[in-house]
Amino acid sequence: MLKRIFAAMLACTLAGPAMAASGNVELQRRDWSFSGPFGTFDKAAMQRGFQAYREVCAGCHSLELIAFRNFADLGYNEAEIKAIAAQYEVQDGPNDDGEMFMRPGIAADRIPSPYPNENAARAGNNGALPPDLSLITKARANGPDYLFSLLAGYKEAPEGVTVPEGMHYNAAYPGNLIAMPQPLYGEDVTYSDGADNSVEAISSDLVQFLMWAAEPKMEVRKRIGVAAVFFLSIFVIFSYLAKRRIWADVH
Amino acid sequence: MSAEKFQNPVVRWIDHRLPVFSMLDHEKYDYPVPKNLNYMWNFGVLAGMALAIMIVTGIVLAMSYTAHVDYAFESVERIMRDVNHGWLIRYIHMNTASFFFIVVYIHILRGLYYGSYKAPRELLWILGVVIFLLMMATAFMGYVLPWGQMSFWGATVITNLFSAIPIVGDSIVTLLWGGFSVDNATLNRFFSLHYLLPFVISGVVVLHIVALHRFGSNNPIGIDASGPQDTISFHPYYTIKDMVGIAVFLLLLAMTVFFFPNAMGHPDNYIPANALQTPAHIVPEWYFLPFYAILRAVPDKLGGVLLMFGAIAVLFILPWLDKSPVRSARFRPLFRIFFWLFLIDAILLGYLGGKPAEGIYVTLSRIATAWYFLHFLVILPLLSMFETTKPLPKSISEPVLGSSGRSA
Repeated sequence: MLKRIFAAMLACTLAGPAMAASGNVELQRRDWSFSGPFGTFDKAAMQRGFQAYREVCAGCHSLELIAFRNFADLGYNEAEIKAIAAQYEVQDGPNDDGEMFMRPGIAADRIPSPYPNENAARAGNNGALPPDLSLITKARANGPDYLFSLLAGYKEAPEGVTVPEGMHYNAAYPGNLIAMPQPLYGEDVTYSDGADNSVEAISSDLVQFLMWAAEPKMEVRKRIGVAAVFFLSIFVIFSYLAKRRIWADVH
Repeated sequence: MSAEKFQNPVVRWIDHRLPVFSMLDHEKYDYPVPKNLNYMWNFGVLAGMALAIMIVTGIVLAMSYTAHVDYAFESVERIMRDVNHGWLIRYIHMNTASFFFIVVYIHILRGLYYGSYKAPRELLWILGVVIFLLMMATAFMGYVLPWGQMSFWGATVITNLFSAIPIVGDSIVTLLWGGFSVDNATLNRFFSLHYLLPFVISGVVVLHIVALHRFGSNNPIGIDASGPQDTISFHPYYTIKDMVGIAVFLLLLAMTVFFFPNAMGHPDNYIPANALQTPAHIVPEWYFLPFYAILRAVPDKLGGVLLMFGAIAVLFILPWLDKSPVRSARFRPLFRIFFWLFLIDAILLGYLGGKPAEGIYVTLSRIATAWYFLHFLVILPLLSMFETTKPLPKSISEPVLGSSGRSA
């Protein structure tokens, strides 16, 4: 038992991005709507990604840094955000009697975590700790591609590879043995907009949603960036012309 | 230089009692600058600018940062998410740190190439090396503050180096940690020092500039100005030339901050520090990699630490290692070849510092480390004895007039 816990812990630890480049790791490169200087998030995909997170991932993975109010970025209006928050039970308190109590969530609350603490999370997952997903796309090398490849990377172990009990074979995971069971099989989620719910499509939606969760200011950052680079390019040209003119009498 | 030269009566009144305007005027117009400085001479101003950006953004970040192991990581994410434009300020601070090192490395290499460390500018050079050391300390402690995995493990590895010092090593490490492991006390003192050191750097920068203005800038030809025909005033000529450099610097910085803000960071630092999980590879920030490679090249811990600090210590005595009377590499054909070899060696060391310490990388690290010290301790002294240098021009004006102004 202890050995198994250790193996699982080790597997979690090795999720280091430095490993992603080494060994037998298959990374699928994809074109994401958010890449490049003009990239933006796909709001519909993010909403679907949130639904997939909620129905598939949230059983084990927390999203601690995200508050319901942040969902305005996904294109939800205030009423919708309140309605989403109210679907969650949030612990509050202590009240006047000194008791903690549960109440429906409000927009200012952060998304409640599935486990009260790390020990509970490990106890529920064979000793492995499901990482918080708030920053996951930035905490791994080539985060979006890595996450996509991981979600779609569950395969039969090739000949000669023994998969210990409680572990699973994954082509994208460093070392190929991952404690997380295959989360997606296709049609795991039924989207209200009737969008494709194959493994690839859901994975892609999740990447959109989690990239936003890790870098919620990306769109405004790139928008300001385009203006700043435009302005500074002109500044470069004019300072160079001014320099030429001032120096004209020196040579 | 009297206050009479100012038209504005208020300026004249102040200047008579506090001659700041005369001082500025003196720097702008009376301070003679060689007329042939090329764009490599922009990097001192750029470094000063990077320092200013770091101090301003750093002070603002400190307003929202919490130096406590339980809150540091989250407070940085608060800055990224909830503080107005906090993401911008943090990304500027993060990336300007890297740009600061890029600029300072080019500044140092320029000094090496054109012999700016030679008499009478030895103290100017030494003060520069002091600034470089202070920068490294500041950057290292700053990287610890977000309390991510690389922060924690980088701090653990680097502070542990001091334990290699005989007898007092362990006491020094305890002192650095403020306890018996990298913990809250460490984070607190690092934050305190990270806030202090930039102002110490600013003080040394003032001394650096005082020393610079004693003899003025070196120049690409490396001979002293022989008269007013060789020099021009700082303003407007070099203010506008520096402006071009500043504009390009800001453009590149903006491209990085807005489009690749995390390219020079390590993804592991977005994982909260965990004393129970060692990252697969612990690597310092990219600008420390050459020194990290030297550290790991030596099988002995104390030896590695000594060589790593020796790599910087050797810069302090450089003016006395290279005694060639000719400053600029333009007139030293052999020195020039060895300069480029040294640059390749330094880049190679940086590459090796980022690789795991195994197999061929270890061998290459040792060769590159040996070459680093060979360059300073053997090649430069020998070159200054045996190299045949090209004839120097009579004055700065001569080649400037002859070369259709390409060098300016």
